[in-house]
Amino acid sequence: MNLPLYRPDPARTTRYVFFTGKGGVGKTSLSCATALKLTDAGKRVLLVSTDPASNLDEVLETTLTNQPKPVPGAPGLHALNINPVAAAEAYRERVIGPMRGLLPEAALRSMEEQLSGSCTVEIAAFDEFSGLIGNAESGREFDHIIFDTAPTGHTLRLMSLAKAWDQFLDNNTSGTSCLGPLAGLEKQRAIYEGTVKTLADASATTLVLVSRPQLAALNEAERTSGELRALGVENQQLVINGMFATKCPEDVTSQAMQQRGLAALAETRDFISRLPSFIVPLKPISVRGLGGLRVLLGDDAAAACTPKRLSDWTPPAMESLEALVADIERQGSGVIMTMGKGGVGKTTVAAAIAVMLARRGHAVHLSTTDPAAHVAQTLAGQVERLTLSRIDPAAETAAYTAEVVQTQGTQMDAAGRALLEEDLRSPCTEEIAVFRAFAREVGNGADRFVVLDTAPTGHTLLLLDASEAYNRELQRQTRSTQPESVMRLLERLRDPAFTRILLVTLPEATPVHEAAALQEDLRRAHIEPFAWVINQSLLHSGSCDPLLQCREESEHRYLREVAEKQSTRTVWLPWQPQEPVGPEALARLAASNLEPATP
Amino acid sequence: MKTIQVYDPPMCCSTGLCGNEIDPALVSFAALLTQLSQQGVKVERYNLGQQPMAFIQNPAVKALLDTEGVAALPLLFVDGEMRLKGRYPTDVERETLSRAAAGGKVEVSS
Repeated sequence: MNLPLYRPDPARTTRYVFFTGKGGVGKTSLSCATALKLTDAGKRVLLVSTDPASNLDEVLETTLTNQPKPVPGAPGLHALNINPVAAAEAYRERVIGPMRGLLPEAALRSMEEQLSGSCTVEIAAFDEFSGLIGNAESGREFDHIIFDTAPTGHTLRLMSLAKAWDQFLDNNTSGTSCLGPLAGLEKQRAIYEGTVKTLADASATTLVLVSRPQLAALNEAERTSGELRALGVENQQLVINGMFATKCPEDVTSQAMQQRGLAALAETRDFISRLPSFIVPLKPISVRGLGGLRVLLGDDAAAACTPKRLSDWTPPAMESLEALVADIERQGSGVIMTMGKGGVGKTTVAAAIAVMLARRGHAVHLSTTDPAAHVAQTLAGQVERLTLSRIDPAAETAAYTAEVVQTQGTQMDAAGRALLEEDLRSPCTEEIAVFRAFAREVGNGADRFVVLDTAPTGHTLLLLDASEAYNRELQRQTRSTQPESVMRLLERLRDPAFTRILLVTLPEATPVHEAAALQEDLRRAHIEPFAWVINQSLLHSGSCDPLLQCREESEHRYLREVAEKQSTRTVWLPWQPQEPVGPEALARLAASNLEPATP
Repeated sequence: MKTIQVYDPPMCCSTGLCGNEIDPALVSFAALLTQLSQQGVKVERYNLGQQPMAFIQNPAVKALLDTEGVAALPLLFVDGEMRLKGRYPTDVERETLSRAAAGGKVEVSS
């Protein structure tokens, strides 16, 4: 398959461009590089991250807020982060601020608590997002608004909310909603309608599906493409980032890497040929700073690296996943959670741990909080004592709705039940249902092993935020009808003998720094990670390809940084010539050791 | 025409569904209010989380908040007179309220 290079044309770029895709595919690098192409052509561009764990600051090497800020070194470019927790804070302050001194302290505190739920957090972020698209007046000073979105699951939700709220408000009869009294919502509603329209307008909006030349990422791009088409987003493109063509075909690693890419493209060629598709070649180092971003879409390609061939470098002490699992199993039960940036291999690590525990004779349940994850595909087979599930937002919402109507509805009159059912159709219900499902899965760890693959960082941070908000609210209540799993959620997450959190990363700048920031966030919530897992390391790959040699050398400082500064226990997993799918491959991966095997 | 004013504690939506408790009395009451307002009763409902200004502008409500705090909520007024404090009406009270509110309108005589 011969695909053209991705070269955005300033003359033909729409006003709104969305970059979406699986975690770690390069959404941030590509959206930044595209924005630079446009500003270099004299356009005024606003770059917006909707990822709660935004990497814009790191890639642009600047500090951003939720307001447009000029990017130093790039005239014409402004950027901002829509951070849901910060947006909710700003929203709270708008409501509560004017009341200070007018209402008693206790009343203010109780307002603040009510406005800290997952529902408010989601709406506040969504309002900032839709304000930029659905309000014709906003962003007039920019020619283009480019969105760097969060990994798939979170983004599908964000983009479907406009329609969901628009429809809910249309059918609402009670006059109030989670968004506030409906009378004051006319303006908001016009914005939601505008958002739905703009997203569906091919002359205004382009959706760039970003992928790697990997089967999982391409499959996810195809699913996303379909789901967004169903929402009316028709103007789509595909960019396959990180295509690798080896200069040294005689070694196994580089050959396998090239082969894996070509095979993934061949397998998804129907999808690829259905829409305008482009490629971006793999670069020797991860892209950072304005200079690096200009190289990404420049023509001097992979030239800029000569491997130094440091033969005397000694890696820090790291262990195998098997050794870690042997330690975990002593507890007999509990929750193991894999967390980290998108695309680092959380699902693979979770599945490998589950397989090992099951093979060692334990009852294990493997699940995921990532609506876009497909644990079943990674596991690809039956393992004795291992059960599998996933938190499906639609199914959880339906089950929660039925449960509420059944348990609470019986104590109400017919009119009350009707109103309850109407409120249950609010998009808020999904947030609550998913949160309860998460608490339930964690609770299952009381009498067996539960391995939870989490969604990429941003989404996980929001779950954590919701857990804390709930906990505060619960502590003030004398009576509660909440299930035990919700009541004890935070306590269980904080108990190091109950929950073990593994931070998964690649030996690269952005995933390591995102995991380090997540570790800080967890510690602030009094949760201490158990270990770090470095995945897909090229160390000792022995490749003769100069680009891969450069990438291997660039790993050194991140291996050190993780093993010596960030964690007390570090697991090392090598890059695999075949995608680690199926129980056998997962077990082999887990047994990999840094020390060369004795012949 | 009758006027009903309700001052709710901070909550997410009319049924309190987004909070961690669902109070059946609240849901049935919210439904009754919708029904009454369709019958021409003037219903004003204020949520401390969304319309705090209304709580400050009503001296009686403000005074109760100052002395008793949020525990005084919800507050129910009919034609400016306080009828309930700190809880939602029971089944029986809802019926009384419904009848009283409808008074002066179509009265079904036996």
